[in-house]
Amino acid sequence: MSIRLEKPFQVLNEENIEPIQAQLGVYQLAEPNGYVIYIGYAGGRSLFGLNSELKKELELRAGKETLFRYEVNMQYITRYEELLMLHKSDFGELPERVVQEHPHKVGTLNPLS
Amino acid sequence: MDYQLSEDQKLIVENVRRFVKKEILPLEEKLDPDAGEIAPEEKDRLTSITRDMGLYGLGIPPEFGGPDIDVTTQTLITLEISQHRAGLYNPAYGAFGGAGLAQLFEATEQQKEKYLFPVLRGEKTSFFGLTEPSGGSDPGRAIQTRGVQNGDDWILNGAKIFISGADQADFGILFARTSEDKGRNGITCFLVDSDMPGFNVRRVVHTLRSTKYATEIQIEDLRIPKENILGEVNKGFAIASDRLARQRIPYAAGCIGVAIKAQEMAIEYCKIRETFGGMLSSRQAVQWMIVDNEIDIRTSKHICLDAAQKADRGEDFRTEAAMAKLLGSEAGGRVVDRSMQIHGGYGMTKDLPLERWYREMRIRRIGEGPSEVQRLVMARNLIGGSFH
Repeated sequence: MSIRLEKPFQVLNEENIEPIQAQLGVYQLAEPNGYVIYIGYAGGRSLFGLNSELKKELELRAGKETLFRYEVNMQYITRYEELLMLHKSDFGELPERVVQEHPHKVGTLNPLS
Repeated sequence: MDYQLSEDQKLIVENVRRFVKKEILPLEEKLDPDAGEIAPEEKDRLTSITRDMGLYGLGIPPEFGGPDIDVTTQTLITLEISQHRAGLYNPAYGAFGGAGLAQLFEATEQQKEKYLFPVLRGEKTSFFGLTEPSGGSDPGRAIQTRGVQNGDDWILNGAKIFISGADQADFGILFARTSEDKGRNGITCFLVDSDMPGFNVRRVVHTLRSTKYATEIQIEDLRIPKENILGEVNKGFAIASDRLARQRIPYAAGCIGVAIKAQEMAIEYCKIRETFGGMLSSRQAVQWMIVDNEIDIRTSKHICLDAAQKADRGEDFRTEAAMAKLLGSEAGGRVVDRSMQIHGGYGMTKDLPLERWYREMRIRRIGEGPSEVQRLVMARNLIGGSFH
């Protein structure tokens, strides 16, 4: 079982966000070439879960072509930590915005695949 | 048993209760309901307060700089610092510190310099690597990780699972089988730096718990110098066993602390919630749930403090600690469950901490030895002999 988020990316726009329900979970934002620039989660304080978090991201990224993918997950905190560790393992560092927003120490993972 | 608190204990309990109310609860209101960590600067601030209170480093012996507080008082403190949303697995967000790997107090001077003192100074963190995919309830027999001597070194191969904090730790304790003995008499305890080649944290193991996630470790040709053996070769299981018994009292106290808070919430809510023209508190069904909660809390607290007092007197407390762990975790689960029932729909939401406690409390009946193993420990101590 892969521990990576492997769903295909979609373009971050209103049309693609609209069908996403108000569920808890994690998401990634990427540049058009697929390079992940942000990892976030919709937690218990998100007004409409993934739907509203992704709408916030759309506003923040206005005018910049952005891709996204998400995963509905009730254990969003531990899954979020896992995605951060995987990114650090793959690229040697965390996305810049994550570093600013996530002051905690991120663990070291050495995944098999 | 005398449960009359001394004046010092009363003062400590009052101060700790005030600390949780004034410092932890307001901080937690701003966090995600599943959050398990606070910002490092906040933790530093809280830690400086507990240091000023003379309560930082619970469980650390005074000769190593810890406060001179007995097990009973530590238990009373644990009952208080677990009374918040993240309190079951991260009481007071670590502001009261802790002994961490208590086994290091028995380490060699060289090992203390390299591992213990940096932990006490807050410079290093550690993990405890015992459970394996082959089993956790009977680790002495289930351990399949092998350690083979190679010159002055030992080569380890195997796997560990449900290990908390291994991904962030600087080092940890790993148990491996080092003889042909298939039981407990062939286990050695190794100190392992997490940057040693061959030590790999492969994945996060997602559970019901919102914080302090567990990990799976793979060990491949991990070369350990003989200086890193903790204790004696083939006698490592005693180290694990001692830790398991010692840990049961605070583990139970954490469950009971959460139960006390859940009961407090249930009583408060049933006095303001009206149904069918009367308060919930006037309904016999609700009254009985409140009473059953109280019975669960008082009996488990009684046994927990009994275990702590026996430990303080230097007596064998294994039976009482096992009983406290079993009662605390099972009673805690029932109390949280009834409190959710009293809260109705709100009890299921992330607006309240009950749903998080409900999930995390379920793990407590398994973690640190399931209820069945606690019964086995008690039976062994009461009847004598070895059970298979």
